[in-house]
Amino acid sequence: MQKDIVIQVNNLTKCFGDFTAVDTISFEVYRGEVFGFLGANGAGKTTAMRMLCGLSTPTSGEAAIAGYDVYRQTENIKKSIGYMSQKFSLYEDLTVAENIKLFGGIYGLTNQEIKEKSAQLTGRLYMNDQRHKMVGSLPLGWKQKLAFSIAIIHQPKIVFLDEPTGGVDPVTRRQFWNLIYDAAAQGITVFITTHYMDEAEYCNRISMMVDGKIKALDSPSNLKRQFSSGSMYEVFLRLARGAQRTSD
Amino acid sequence: MKTLIFLLQKEFKQIFRNKILLALIFIIPVVQLLIFPLAADYEMKNISIVVVDHDHSPYSRKLISKIVASGYFNLYASAGSFEEAFRFIENDKADLVLEIPKNFERELVVEKSQQLFIAANAINGIKAGLGGAYINRIIVDFNTDVRLEWIQPERFNAVPVIQVTSSNRFNPGMNYRFFMVPGILVFLVTLVASYMCALNTVREKEIGTIEQINVTPIKKYQFILGKLIPFWVIGVFVFTVGLFIVARLVYGIIPLGSITLLFAYLAVYLVAMLGLGLLVSTYCQTQQQVMFVMFFFMMIFVLMSGLFTPIESMPAWAYVIARCNPVTYFMEVIRMVVLKGSRLADIRLHFIVMFGFALLFNLWAVIHYKKTT
Repeated sequence: MQKDIVIQVNNLTKCFGDFTAVDTISFEVYRGEVFGFLGANGAGKTTAMRMLCGLSTPTSGEAAIAGYDVYRQTENIKKSIGYMSQKFSLYEDLTVAENIKLFGGIYGLTNQEIKEKSAQLTGRLYMNDQRHKMVGSLPLGWKQKLAFSIAIIHQPKIVFLDEPTGGVDPVTRRQFWNLIYDAAAQGITVFITTHYMDEAEYCNRISMMVDGKIKALDSPSNLKRQFSSGSMYEVFLRLARGAQRTSD
Repeated sequence: MKTLIFLLQKEFKQIFRNKILLALIFIIPVVQLLIFPLAADYEMKNISIVVVDHDHSPYSRKLISKIVASGYFNLYASAGSFEEAFRFIENDKADLVLEIPKNFERELVVEKSQQLFIAANAINGIKAGLGGAYINRIIVDFNTDVRLEWIQPERFNAVPVIQVTSSNRFNPGMNYRFFMVPGILVFLVTLVASYMCALNTVREKEIGTIEQINVTPIKKYQFILGKLIPFWVIGVFVFTVGLFIVARLVYGIIPLGSITLLFAYLAVYLVAMLGLGLLVSTYCQTQQQVMFVMFFFMMIFVLMSGLFTPIESMPAWAYVIARCNPVTYFMEVIRMVVLKGSRLADIRLHFIVMFGFALLFNLWAVIHYKKTT
């Protein structure tokens, strides 16, 4: 089977002064895959992700996102991706419906499409009664599900999720992962960072980042075999213990 | 274009939901326009004077009552000696000391000349200068009265006297408020527009929503216009309230010149000042930084704009700074149009300069605003 490559990264590096946050990482992500991007705090995950999203220019190396170059075609990349940052970043002083409308509009959906998507989205999230509530008044788990749904409102090729389930309760996390699987089933590639090792098990493949470098990359079952560990938790500990950087 | 409409909807909704901001937009112009022009007045009143009268004659008393009756002076105390009087100045109780010598009346009548002594507290230079000038004027008047009383008017004046009469054009009553109210209106519009725009933009940086915007295909100019237009509308609104409600109803100021011309200039001016606000916000990371940077600019802009002190009397280097200050130009335009009825031809240069500022600040802001760092 020929796999479509949607993210191609080659020796990507980012330095801040004499500090190398991301150190010559290389990997590929295939279409429709759920790709876990793991690492301790300060390992360089967010920096790497920001480069892939076109928010940050790499110091050296190459990367192509949906076929677009991260140096010259950032605006094309931005049309093809969705992004959900570590900080919650919908507008808290707008209602659920208004946030959907705003981001739908920004991504160029027609008013008709926005209306349909809005109904579909709130229906799926069981948020029909909350449509005209301010987003700021919703519980965190609901906000995160909403943010994810809005990040893929324009059917992007790839969606980048930076610790989307931090601080979310287990039930809501479960629901969140159902949303992720639905998106992947629609052919949206999911690129996710997380600190929850149970979530790592849900990924098709995961990479482990330590001190700005990728130390391991494979499917969860292969990784466990490789490190002869019973769980991803053990794999993580083995790799992360070797880290030189203190956490941030 | 459609993207911009979505952004504008968002901004207006957010502004109208921010109750404190909304209240400020309405209250600031009205309250400040009511307070400033009444308080910030150059006419010196209530100058405290201490009189040392060594003569105690009808004439000396007449002079003192004439001084008090002028309305500019408060007779703070009468002192027996100059040293005693000067203590009032040292204690900051009095601004002026007037010493009337012994035999003031007799010598005035007999010798036809007399000397008075004035000492002024020059810590506040303006007060001392104006107080001295007022009192001189009163004494000259007094002098004329005395002459009329004692000296028979000669048929021909031995010394030709040149009489100067003046008429005050454009503000015949020399009403200080006619001069100040339009100026303060400019100051308010400047403040409201540039501060709010810069703060709003940096707030998005602080809460992280700007990152979500930066990761979308929004064009930089769309984002900038989305921030500029709402505050432009607010600026026009504040100006309209100030000009038509406060200036007209409270102070009776009706522009002599074209109101359209005034609003046309305001339109360009607001684009320039909002551009400056946006530019500052592209360099700042927090609202605190914005507050201080804008405060720095606003202090210079307002003090160097001719609002309080005419820029022509500044030293050459300061005059150059004032000429590089966008506020100066609107300050001149509003006074010219409101008080003099100047036309487009008179302020063409002002228009060109303001277009230049608008272009400079906004282009700089668009270029410096980076979606990718």
